[in-house]
Amino acid sequence: MAAVLLQRIGLALVTMVIIAVVVFFALELMPGDACSVNLGRGASDSMLAACHARLGLDRPPIWRFVTWAGDFLRGDLGISMQRERPITEIVGWRLRNTLILAGVTSVIGIPLALGLGVLAGLNPDGPLDMAISGVAIFAMTVPEFISGTLMILVFSVILGWAAGVVTIGYKAPAFELVKASILPAATLVFILAAHILRMVRASVIEVMQSDFVQMARLKGASRRRIIWHHVVPNALLPAISIIGLTMAWLLGGVVIVESVFNFPGLGRLAVDAVADQDLPLVQAIALLFGLIYVLTNLGADLVALILNPRLRTRRQ
Amino acid sequence: MRGARRLVVPQVLRDVLAQRSGRIGFVIVCLHLSVAVAAPMITPQDPAHQDAAAMLQSPSWAHWFGTDRLGRDVFSRTLLGGREAMLIATMATIIAMVWGSALGILTALIGGRTDAIVMRFVDAMMSIPWILMVMLFVAALGSNSAALVPVLGFSYGLSVVYLARAAALDFVARDFVVAAQIRGHARWSIALTELLPNVRDSLAVQGAMQWSWILLAVSSLSFLGMGVAPPTPDWGQMIADARGIMQRAPWALIWPMLALSSLVIGMNLAVDAWARATGVDRNRRVPGA
Repeated sequence: MAAVLLQRIGLALVTMVIIAVVVFFALELMPGDACSVNLGRGASDSMLAACHARLGLDRPPIWRFVTWAGDFLRGDLGISMQRERPITEIVGWRLRNTLILAGVTSVIGIPLALGLGVLAGLNPDGPLDMAISGVAIFAMTVPEFISGTLMILVFSVILGWAAGVVTIGYKAPAFELVKASILPAATLVFILAAHILRMVRASVIEVMQSDFVQMARLKGASRRRIIWHHVVPNALLPAISIIGLTMAWLLGGVVIVESVFNFPGLGRLAVDAVADQDLPLVQAIALLFGLIYVLTNLGADLVALILNPRLRTRRQ
Repeated sequence: MRGARRLVVPQVLRDVLAQRSGRIGFVIVCLHLSVAVAAPMITPQDPAHQDAAAMLQSPSWAHWFGTDRLGRDVFSRTLLGGREAMLIATMATIIAMVWGSALGILTALIGGRTDAIVMRFVDAMMSIPWILMVMLFVAALGSNSAALVPVLGFSYGLSVVYLARAAALDFVARDFVVAAQIRGHARWSIALTELLPNVRDSLAVQGAMQWSWILLAVSSLSFLGMGVAPPTPDWGQMIADARGIMQRAPWALIWPMLALSSLVIGMNLAVDAWARATGVDRNRRVPGA
C-alpha cells in the first residue's frame, strides 16, 4: 500500500515538473519574448535592453527557469507585463472564483452523472436509456460556447429566470458568486455529467453481466439488493478515476464558459491576458491549471486506492 | 491482400450507408462540404458589405436569414462561415495524424525505457488543457489563422500518439512483426509495412474524429477572438458578435449555431457508423480528449 502510494505521488511530481518545463520552454522556442511582444515592433534597441534587464531576460534560460519555478513554489508568480502588478495579487481572487464554479459544478454534476449513468445502464436500450444517452451525446458533441449561449437564450432571455451574464466584481463575497454561478455551472454540469454518465453506463452494463451478479440472482437476492449491494459499488469504482481525467476537460471548458458568462474567474483572466499579450500572466495561469489537474488526479487516485482494495497490490 | 483491398473501400461506404445514423450523418457532412466548396459562387451578397440602412432586419426576401448589427447579410455569412475553420481543421488534422501516428507506432515498436519516457511526456502535456496550450502560443505569436495550424496540429497530435501506440501494441508481439525483426528490417520499415496497414482503420476513424474536434477548437477560439479574424466570416465569430443582440435579432445567432452544431453532429453520426462498419473500438478513449 505504502509503495503504491509513494509511486503515485512520485508520478504526480514528475508530471508537474514536465508541465513546468513545457510551459516555460514552449515560449523560449517562439520568436520574440515578453518584452518584444509587449513593446511591439516600434521598440528601439535600448528600450528592449532596458526591459530585458528589468525582467532578468538577459540571463541564460536555464537560470531563469530555475528562479521562475522556485518563485512559483514559494507562491510568487512573477510580475504581470500589462498590469504591472504581482501576478499572485491578480490571480488570487479569481482562482477562488473558479474553484467556487468548479465546486458547484462537481457537487451537482457528479452525483447527477452517477445516478443517471446507473439508471441508463440498468435498462440498456430502454426508453429511459435512449432519452438519457441521446441528451448526453448532444451535450458531448455541441461545443461549450454554443450550449452556454443557448442557456442564456432560454433561461435568461426567453424565460427570464436568471441573469444572463455575471455583473458582480471579482472580489464579491463567496455566496454571491455561488448565486452568480448557477447558469455557468449548469452549462458545465450538462457536459461534465454527459462524459461521466457514459462511462458509468458502460461500467454498469459490464457488471450486470458478471458472474457474481449472476450468482446473486441465482441465489434469489432481490433486485433492489443486487443493484445496491453488488452492481452499484462495483460499477462506480472505475468511475472515480474517470472523474479525475474529466477534470482536464472541465478546466478547459471553464475557460470558454467563463468567457460566455463574463464570470470573473481564472479562465476569463487567461483570455484577457492573451488579448493583452501578457506572457508572464498566461504562463502562470497555465502552470496553475496544470497544478490543479495533477492534484485532482492524485486525489482521485488516492480515493480509488482507499475504496478499492484490489488496486493496492497491483504493480506496474 | 493487395487485390482485395481495392474492393474494400466502396464496401465500407456501403456498410456506413446501411445504417440509418450513418446515412443521416453522411448526407449532412456531404451537404456541408458541398456548400463550403460552392459558397463563393452561390452567396447572394457580399458577406462583408455593411449597410447602415439595413441593420438588425428580420428575415425577408432580400435577406433570407436577416441582417446583423452592422447590416451584413446573415445568409451569405452563414454559407461562407465554415470555410476557413474547415480549411484550418483539415491542415491541422493532417499534421496531427502524421506526427502523432509516427511517434505512437515507433514508440510501441521500440518499447522499454524510450516508450516509458515518451509516454510520460505525452501524459504531462495532455494534462495542460488544450485551450491553454493553444493560448500560450497565440499570446506569443499573435492571433492569426496561419499560426493556428501548426499549434493545433501539435496539440491534437498528442492524443493521436496515445491511440496509435495503443493500436500498434496489439500487433508488436505478433509473429509477422517478430519475423520482420529477425529478417533484419529497419524499425521504420517495419512500422510502415507491417504495423501501419494493420492500424490504418483505427487511425482513419480517429483522424475523422480529430477533424471535428479541431473544427470545434477553431470555432471556440474564433468565439474568444483568437481564431479566424474579421473580415473573413466565421461561425464562432458570428456567434460571439450576435450574443449582445440576441433579444433583438435572434436570427443572427441561431443560424451560425445551427450550422456548426449540425456539421459536428453529422460528423459524429457518420464516424460512429464508420467505426461500427470497420470494427474499430471507439470506446478506447483517450484521457483528456
